[in-house]
Amino acid sequence: MSPGADDRALAAARLEVAIDDAKPNYTTGEAVAEANRCLYCHDAPCVTACPTGIDIPTFIRKIGTGNLRGSARVILSANLLGYSCARVCPVEVLCVGACVYNAWHRTPPINIGRLQRHAVESALDDGSAVSLLPRAKANGRKVACVGAGPASLACAGYLALEGCAVTLFEKRELAGGLNVTGVAPYKMHVDSGMAEVAFIRSLGVEIRTGAEVGKDVAPADLVRDFDAVFLAPGLGVDAALGIPGEAGPGVIGATAWIERLKLESNYTLPGVQRAVVIGGGNTALDAARELAKVGVPDVAMLYRRGEAEMSGYAHELALARKEGVRLVEHAAPAAFVREGGALKSVTLADGRSFPCELVVVAIGQGRMRELLASFPGVTLDAHGYVAVDPVSGATGNPKLWAGGDGIGGELVVTAAQDGKRAARAIAKSLGLPARPDSPMNAGH
Amino acid sequence: MADLSIDFAGIKSPNPFWLASAPPTNSGEQIQRAFDMGWGGAVWKTLGEPVVDSSSRFGALHVGNERMVGFNNIELITDRPLEVNLREIKETKRKYPKHAVIVSLMVESQDDWREIIKRSIDTGADGLELNFGCPHGMCERGMGSAVGAEPEVLKAVAGWAVEYSTIPVLVKLTPNIGDILEPGVAAVEAGAHGLSLINTIKSITGVDLDKMVPYPVVGGRSTNGGYCGPAVKPIALHMVGSLGRDPRITIPISGIGGITTWRDAAEFIALGSTSVQVCTAAMHYGFRIVEDMIDGLSNFLDSKGMKSVNELRGRALSAYTEWGELDLNYKVAASIDPQKCIGCDLCYVACRDTSVHCIHVGDHPLPAGHRAPSRDAANARAKETGIHVTWVDWDECTGCNLCAHVCPVPGCITMVDDTRGKPFESWNDRIAKGTAKTVGGLHD
Repeated sequence: MSPGADDRALAAARLEVAIDDAKPNYTTGEAVAEANRCLYCHDAPCVTACPTGIDIPTFIRKIGTGNLRGSARVILSANLLGYSCARVCPVEVLCVGACVYNAWHRTPPINIGRLQRHAVESALDDGSAVSLLPRAKANGRKVACVGAGPASLACAGYLALEGCAVTLFEKRELAGGLNVTGVAPYKMHVDSGMAEVAFIRSLGVEIRTGAEVGKDVAPADLVRDFDAVFLAPGLGVDAALGIPGEAGPGVIGATAWIERLKLESNYTLPGVQRAVVIGGGNTALDAARELAKVGVPDVAMLYRRGEAEMSGYAHELALARKEGVRLVEHAAPAAFVREGGALKSVTLADGRSFPCELVVVAIGQGRMRELLASFPGVTLDAHGYVAVDPVSGATGNPKLWAGGDGIGGELVVTAAQDGKRAARAIAKSLGLPARPDSPMNAGH
Repeated sequence: MADLSIDFAGIKSPNPFWLASAPPTNSGEQIQRAFDMGWGGAVWKTLGEPVVDSSSRFGALHVGNERMVGFNNIELITDRPLEVNLREIKETKRKYPKHAVIVSLMVESQDDWREIIKRSIDTGADGLELNFGCPHGMCERGMGSAVGAEPEVLKAVAGWAVEYSTIPVLVKLTPNIGDILEPGVAAVEAGAHGLSLINTIKSITGVDLDKMVPYPVVGGRSTNGGYCGPAVKPIALHMVGSLGRDPRITIPISGIGGITTWRDAAEFIALGSTSVQVCTAAMHYGFRIVEDMIDGLSNFLDSKGMKSVNELRGRALSAYTEWGELDLNYKVAASIDPQKCIGCDLCYVACRDTSVHCIHVGDHPLPAGHRAPSRDAANARAKETGIHVTWVDWDECTGCNLCAHVCPVPGCITMVDDTRGKPFESWNDRIAKGTAKTVGGLHD
């Protein structure tokens, strides 16, 4: 995949490159053979299970008939981020988990994610993706999106197709959000995430990177200068344990560490023989697997409760164990032990001690309370998420909508759906003419 | 263990499985190896004036992931010198005296026929097969199906062969005609000792849409070829059955057409074949397939209490009748096993769109007085598992069978007798009673 317009910002020697793609793109023959296994169900449960409602049997059938363009069109209509979703979705608990073959036990469920990747990657590679979806003429309406992660990219892309002038404001130097900074490399490398950003840009979306709303851009100016604003700033910095010895070298938050792994030039882990990941969620599992895959000999996951209570996916834990990660249950860290500043071990409340050279803390992220609260009419719930109408993403301010992790979303695919639903609501609110073939009307 | 040996018009064979005259029987080395693997007989690839073949020469119909559902060739008769073939036939018959070695012939003039028949008989071969069936290439030279498609010509040429031959003469029939009985009866009238059918069907298997040349591609051109393989079995069975039940056909039949398994062979034998001939399956999987053909047929005969394969011959012919003799009061209804249903709903959509829409999902209302035996169990399992389990309204079901064919789960949909004691009554019975008439016909 060739990355997009801002590939000059991408370092060549990144640690993530050492981690291979776990599910490489199918060859044409592999894709057709897998597509031909699909039963082409009527009222298919995989579609119901997809948060964006992609017409999965239809796009798979099109792969089987050799109609890759048509297949990519079906996918991208219902989900403009169909490429990254194909690669990062937990398909085991979504579409693939709903495949009727699961009820049969004769044959494994269809590899829907890999087929979806095959179709969209083909359209991104040959440059046809930009011309697949019908576009309305420019309508002069201006929409701003705060953040350039999956929710904003989806919202922006759909509205650009409706003829709006959409501008994304991104505080980082790279757009893409967690698809670029956070996705496990065995699922997707940075360049692929950037290629998808380039696709969204090609729909006419303007992305201003290095432009932080609340610092470089005033929220009030956005509300004043644009007809509608979509808030999808994601989450804040990694939460800390707040125990002795935490501050200092060797202890790092999970998303910060993964971002270094994925983006930092010549980042390495010198002298790290034993690493500890603290947490039981999917970010913790990602970090643990990544540590194992880049060659750390001993990776332990410390989780404060038992395996059954883990929020991380069972299938990811099983893979982590295969890769050598060990899970330590009922492990509540009490202190980090340092000698002369250097990290030596983690001590648990029950007295157990885990010698280590690196600790990755994956116990959640903070909220963007201050930024969000600075938009008039926006209220936050008890968790610090923006209170929205669950169907449209509308906030208390009629010019503002919100989506993504900032409203409590969990997945790239739910963020994409947030963006699509907000795009529909914004188009309606702006009085844009309804088009029977609007891509944003596809799917759920 | 049942006796598989047969006597075909005096030609003895240890089993009914013969290799058809085709690429698998092009040389003594191939045929001898096939005999070692269990084939009971072989029809040598057609002798005549050696030809030059094209490259490529085979086309195939692939359906989904099934390869070579249909197969076609534009290969001509033998490309080897007559002397070499005759020497190898003699050697093969000497080494394998108990196997059936039949020589396929195709020449043009009466003198040619006399000459080649004499030389073939001198090899010690058990019989001759007159190739009146090849529908490509050779027919352009006035031979093959050009003979077989004209009953009078067939009768004349077959008459020469019968006159010149001291060993049994089989006439191989082409299916590229309107009524197989015409050439079949002509062959009997000519004094032939056996029939073999079907030869291949005129066909084009597909078109290379990039080159805009039909398959198989020979440079920038192609030509129609002879179609065979599993897809032609139904056509062959009909023709074999048509001859098998006709009292004018007093000579044995060697059934040919898509035979791949012992079950296919048993079906041809049940419709009147004495031996069967195989080509495409051997070209797909090699000679080894005969092992299960022998084993499977033997076990089948044992399970039916038949001591010899001869007891199977023609067993299904009496049930093969005209439509007007079918029992119009016989009724079956589809029964969907709620425990086996995987919820693909292919039966639902097929019945809804192309049949009588008697298959339903969920709480679809059941009209008063209608029977739907599995409705409650289907809905119970649907509620328990979320699977879209389908059920059938037996009073709407016409027993068409479509659902049972589209269902991917073996044994899930069965057709159950719902005749409910009505007496046998055919269309012809109704015509005789005057309770039915042919609309627009003589009785209207």
